[in-house]
Amino acid sequence: MSLIEHLPILVVLVPMFVAPLLAAVPSRGQLPWLIATLTSLLTFVVAIAIAAQVLAHGTLTYELGGWPPPFGIGLAVGPLSAMMLLVITGASLMALLWGPASMNSEVGHEHQSLLYASWLLALCGLSGITVTGDAFNIFVFMEISSLASYVMVSAGPKRQALTATFKYLITGTVGATFYLIGVGYLYMMTGTLNLADMAERLATVSSTAPVLVASGFILVGLALKAALFPMHAWMPNAYRFAPTPVGVFFAACSTKVALFVLIRFDFLVLMPNLPGHADMLVSVLMPLSVAAMLVGSAVAIFERDLKRMLGYSSVAQIGYILLAFSLLSTAGLTAAIVHLFNHALIKGALFMAVGTLVLRTGSSRLDDMAGIGKTMPLTTLAFCLAGLSLIGVPLTAGFISKWYLIVAVLEHGALGWMLLAAILISSLMAIVYVWKVVEVAYFRSPPDNNTGGSPAQRSEAPLGMMIVLWLVVAANFWFGLDTSLLLSLADMETTLLLGSRR
Amino acid sequence: MTFLGLYNYWVFIFVLVVGLYAVLVKGNYVKRMIGLAIFQGAVFLLYITMDKVEGGTAPVFLTPFQPGDLYANPLPQVLILTAIVVGIAVTALGLAISIRIKEEYGTIEEAETREIDRQE
Repeated sequence: MSLIEHLPILVVLVPMFVAPLLAAVPSRGQLPWLIATLTSLLTFVVAIAIAAQVLAHGTLTYELGGWPPPFGIGLAVGPLSAMMLLVITGASLMALLWGPASMNSEVGHEHQSLLYASWLLALCGLSGITVTGDAFNIFVFMEISSLASYVMVSAGPKRQALTATFKYLITGTVGATFYLIGVGYLYMMTGTLNLADMAERLATVSSTAPVLVASGFILVGLALKAALFPMHAWMPNAYRFAPTPVGVFFAACSTKVALFVLIRFDFLVLMPNLPGHADMLVSVLMPLSVAAMLVGSAVAIFERDLKRMLGYSSVAQIGYILLAFSLLSTAGLTAAIVHLFNHALIKGALFMAVGTLVLRTGSSRLDDMAGIGKTMPLTTLAFCLAGLSLIGVPLTAGFISKWYLIVAVLEHGALGWMLLAAILISSLMAIVYVWKVVEVAYFRSPPDNNTGGSPAQRSEAPLGMMIVLWLVVAANFWFGLDTSLLLSLADMETTLLLGSRR
Repeated sequence: MTFLGLYNYWVFIFVLVVGLYAVLVKGNYVKRMIGLAIFQGAVFLLYITMDKVEGGTAPVFLTPFQPGDLYANPLPQVLILTAIVVGIAVTALGLAISIRIKEEYGTIEEAETREIDRQE
């Protein structure tokens, strides 16, 4: 077998094997960071190779240990998995490249090798979820990534990080356990854990009560993990109190992986087999996602802390993704997939910009950002440009998402117009909360130097940070103009998921 | 099947709800971890219940295997071993965080930590 065939497992194994080694590395200087970054770079390269393979040959499969599925664990990397891998490994790489200065200011050197080891385990778990084709394997990888995430959030500089972690741990575990119960019921009825095999066998037992219960447990469990409104309470504080580079990594990809599992599980296994499942799903998800869009954006307007504001904004954005998904049409699924990718770019850029401001001001409170537009013009400009992408201004990645979402929504007649109104209201609220930051940053005078730190502290961040920040902001515009890669992956995935249904 | 025939499943549901109740209602971090452990324990019971074959023995070859021999399905047992390991890791981490909370706040009552945060 050539190396190419082993790509799907490599993306999981590389961080998994480096993590324990990294934990043993003496925690001094920048060595742990360097190892983590190089590992992350390697997984990113593997993810690119996988994406190229998927684009050329379609879904990649891999039999662990040579055991053919359904007996062994099979990996199946479809177009959506390939895209998620790019998002996860890319977010990890960018956050690491951006982060060392920020990390040094928040976490002592003596803890860094363990922190970066957890980082790699989270990377391993998140990648594992996207490549595996086995329902129980998803649970295991979900818990690997979650446990590593709890550790990373608890390493935050303030003591509130601990209480935030506890809330995150409780919610995350309940969510994962619900998913486990659902998988148990499905196994009970089908006798298999392989997703593709399960989809086939489910057809004969589709109307039984355990299958219905299973679909409910799986939906609620994954919704908890994905921070779907009203199950989002753990997220804003986890983002705020985590070390900032960790926040960047999570804001870009962690909740999206749960959404990915939800989309794949539902379209592949449940939807084709359960009569009435589609209607039930729509009647639950659509109202919740509209509520998420409106409530998330509204709370973000009144939030006085920038990181928490971005957290609530993510609640709203997850609402967009699930709304697109709940339309259950080709256009809707395309919009959901496109926004999964674009939101990672947008939120990653915004969180990086805020993190850069935090590094200099030492606070993420909005009031401490007064006049920051004069002392840190480039960073503030980057925040504004990423904010434009969040709102969905043409030429940005956010616009592409909104465009596909609106096209998908308008297929639905009168209901579509109501949904369109909700999308527009939520977008208008996004303008308000981005503008709120602009107003404080540009139009409020900076505090006196006696109170706001020395002038050196309130100047632009180190060059390396700025380069990565602007790279991600530039990516927002690049993917706003060139959508060919994203759309061809989305197109392949929708044919795969919906083609089997119709 | 009769009500009593599903005895194990009723126990599963009861234990699950008891655990979830403690997780949601208790304000003490350690008590919530206990609740979480009970909650996860219920799921172990579900998996162990489903692999039972009536009249079957343990899936271990003590005597040469005869066609027609009944044995329990070993797969859910393996799965739940994995889930138990995950559960232990979660419990250990949760308790470790409770200890850190006690060190930082001097209390493990959620209401009191919230009060301390508010006063800051």
